[in-house]
Amino acid sequence: MDLNSIWFVLVAVLLAGYAILDGFDLGVGILHLFIRGDTERRLAMNAIGPVWDGNEVWLVTGGGALFAAFPEVYASAFSGFYTALMLLLVTLIFRAVAIEFRSKRPSPRWRQGWDIAFAAGSLGAALLMGVAFGNIAAGVPMDASHNITGGLLGLLNPYALLVGVTTVVLFAMHGAIYLVLKTEGDLQARVHSWVRPLIVWFVILYALTTMATLLWQPHLAERMRAQPAWFLVPVATMLAVANVPREIFHGREFRAFLSSSAAIGLLVALIGVGLYPNLLLASNAPANSLTIVNAASSSKTLGIMLIIAIIGVPLVLAYTAGIYWVFRGKVKLEKTSY
Amino acid sequence: MDDLTPLLARIQFAVTIGFHYIYPPLSIGLGIFLVIVEGLYLKTREPLWRQVARYWTKVFALTFAIGVATGLVMEFEFGTNWATYSRFVGDVFGSALAAEGIFAFFLESGFLALLLFGWDKVGPKMHYLATIMVCLGAHFSAVWIVVANSWMHTPAGHHIVQGPNGMRAEITDFWALVFNPSSMDRLSHVLVGAWLAGAFLVLSISAWYLLKRKHEVFARASLKVGLIFAVVAALLQLVTGHASANGVAKNQPAKFAAMEGHYSAKAAADLTVAGWVDEEQHTVKGLVIPGGTSFLLHQDFTTPVTGLDAISTDERPPVQITFQAYHAMIGIGMSLIGLSLLALFLWWRGRLESSRWMLWVLVFAVFGPQLANQLGWMAAEIGRQPWIVQGLMRTRDAVSPNVDSGQIMFSLLLFTTVYLGLFAAFIYLLNDKIQHGPDPEDAHGPLMKLPHKITEALGGHRADGEG
Repeated sequence: MDLNSIWFVLVAVLLAGYAILDGFDLGVGILHLFIRGDTERRLAMNAIGPVWDGNEVWLVTGGGALFAAFPEVYASAFSGFYTALMLLLVTLIFRAVAIEFRSKRPSPRWRQGWDIAFAAGSLGAALLMGVAFGNIAAGVPMDASHNITGGLLGLLNPYALLVGVTTVVLFAMHGAIYLVLKTEGDLQARVHSWVRPLIVWFVILYALTTMATLLWQPHLAERMRAQPAWFLVPVATMLAVANVPREIFHGREFRAFLSSSAAIGLLVALIGVGLYPNLLLASNAPANSLTIVNAASSSKTLGIMLIIAIIGVPLVLAYTAGIYWVFRGKVKLEKTSY
Repeated sequence: MDDLTPLLARIQFAVTIGFHYIYPPLSIGLGIFLVIVEGLYLKTREPLWRQVARYWTKVFALTFAIGVATGLVMEFEFGTNWATYSRFVGDVFGSALAAEGIFAFFLESGFLALLLFGWDKVGPKMHYLATIMVCLGAHFSAVWIVVANSWMHTPAGHHIVQGPNGMRAEITDFWALVFNPSSMDRLSHVLVGAWLAGAFLVLSISAWYLLKRKHEVFARASLKVGLIFAVVAALLQLVTGHASANGVAKNQPAKFAAMEGHYSAKAAADLTVAGWVDEEQHTVKGLVIPGGTSFLLHQDFTTPVTGLDAISTDERPPVQITFQAYHAMIGIGMSLIGLSLLALFLWWRGRLESSRWMLWVLVFAVFGPQLANQLGWMAAEIGRQPWIVQGLMRTRDAVSPNVDSGQIMFSLLLFTTVYLGLFAAFIYLLNDKIQHGPDPEDAHGPLMKLPHKITEALGGHRADGEG
């Protein structure tokens, strides 16, 4: 595999890592207002307390890696999605500070305000990221200099919105499973009762998105038509999704969580397989698309970056695993808790 | 893109980075402070130091959260506001940013969890390791971002070649990029500036407690460490500042001439303590030491220094604002040296606590390093104009071609509103934390902490006895 393709995979891995990890803490945020009671809300927030910050670093590093490996995509996508991206950043700011600020004052109004900021920020972030992902999958109008020409309203097309809503439900399901894993007693029972309807809704939306993709975004299926072995990816995705309710039924929450994590990773892989070697498709004129060749940094830089990744990624995985290990088990409120 | 885009893009970027830059220096400075006090706790096992460490950890958490939230914005704004720049430099500049993510942010955020929530989950030594790692991560992040920024001032280790979509900079030598001519001078100057920000926050809050005669034992301990830290940092800043200025004079003569208000192409440069640049007459009015700048650079009052007249008019930075920001920074820096030395002297003579005026000065001195840090960056970045990358690309050519001023105006208003609100909430919570004071329980050992801890400790003890 050439360096450019390796970096395509690495960027996809960072994106998948982000979606899996921040996915569950965004999901916890989306469900936040449905959780009743101050102690219960604190428990839910503290379930993600030690890890949400590290989860968000995957996005920061993804942004940096995209800048370094495919600067053309970094420049085109973020200038083209200007207003949407600014809104996304504001939603992420709100949820980040809400987690930190909420517990600092006992006043119910203070806490209610930050609860809303946390939930709205999480919901908005998930929706906007889903919409962005939908647009990347579908392609966007670009001129010959790779400048995106459609405005904010162009991004809010029905297909992208469908992917956005699917993402929200997917993260809510993923977050609910995480909460079941981390909580106990009444709160756990309550969240447990949401898992099944969320799975049902996700499966319906996933089926709709798949149909919409096959009808209106046939380019995403071309590689599978040409090389049927890739059909294993959607098959594995289906199996991972189907396994979630099975594990929940048998009370194996951790395996359910692994299954929904795998499903998210596979969904990113599915789009990656469909797009490769394109990174940003020009929906108006395929020749204007940004690919792993015309969007990439020099081979020398990709090589240097690969060395950095080979040194850095094992370290990152080691302390990520370490932190999750230290904070394993059911969440309890303590003096240092949020 | 329209006529207003370059200016608005700069203002929007300046507002978001300026606000962001209040916080990471506090994390870096408080990080060092935490490493010192928790180290003292481990060494002496004195519960007081544990209390000090835990209190300042909470202040650290507050600054860190806003630093992360506002820093996320910066990671994307090169692409949103400066797409042409991003295309031109991504090969070089992007690498440093990616390295920052992988080497600094993960380290910081991973160990932060242990630092904040791990007091009772891991042993004291493991916790101390986490504190050191968070502090190291904060410093690494400064390393990579300052390396990236320094490359914009003194580009090195690259060549300009035809890329897939036009000319662009590509790496030729990664280490030459990292150790570009200004990176180490600027890094040391930025880091010590951050230490000052942390040290003076500690001094401010501790002095306030002493004035109010609250938590005096705690405040004395914090003040002692904070004061020594502040003196060391203030004096070090003189060294790094001098090295930085020498570097600018050598590598970016136009910026240096603007900082000093020096026009004459071939004359010795004066040193202005404070003054006003007459941009029409090409002179500086104020308190001037003739030949002073030449002396500082070359140890000789008569050596000529390149002036603005030697630089083509379309390559000169705005002089007045660069000059004023630079001189205000130096004025504040010098005051901080004097202030910290005087406070140290009073403390040594045992008169600091009775010198209430001095304590009041320390309470408000917290703004000094913050202002100096902001002004220093203004001098550095405005002094580089009209270039975004010195000598390679002009700022007005760097903006996103498909972003119009309306979009930037929208985001400028959005972020200004959100950041004002955030700042208000930050001050409110910091004040709340100060009013609340250190937690008395933190001064005691784990046995005194919480009922279930007692049972655990007793249970553990009994098990030991039976074994």
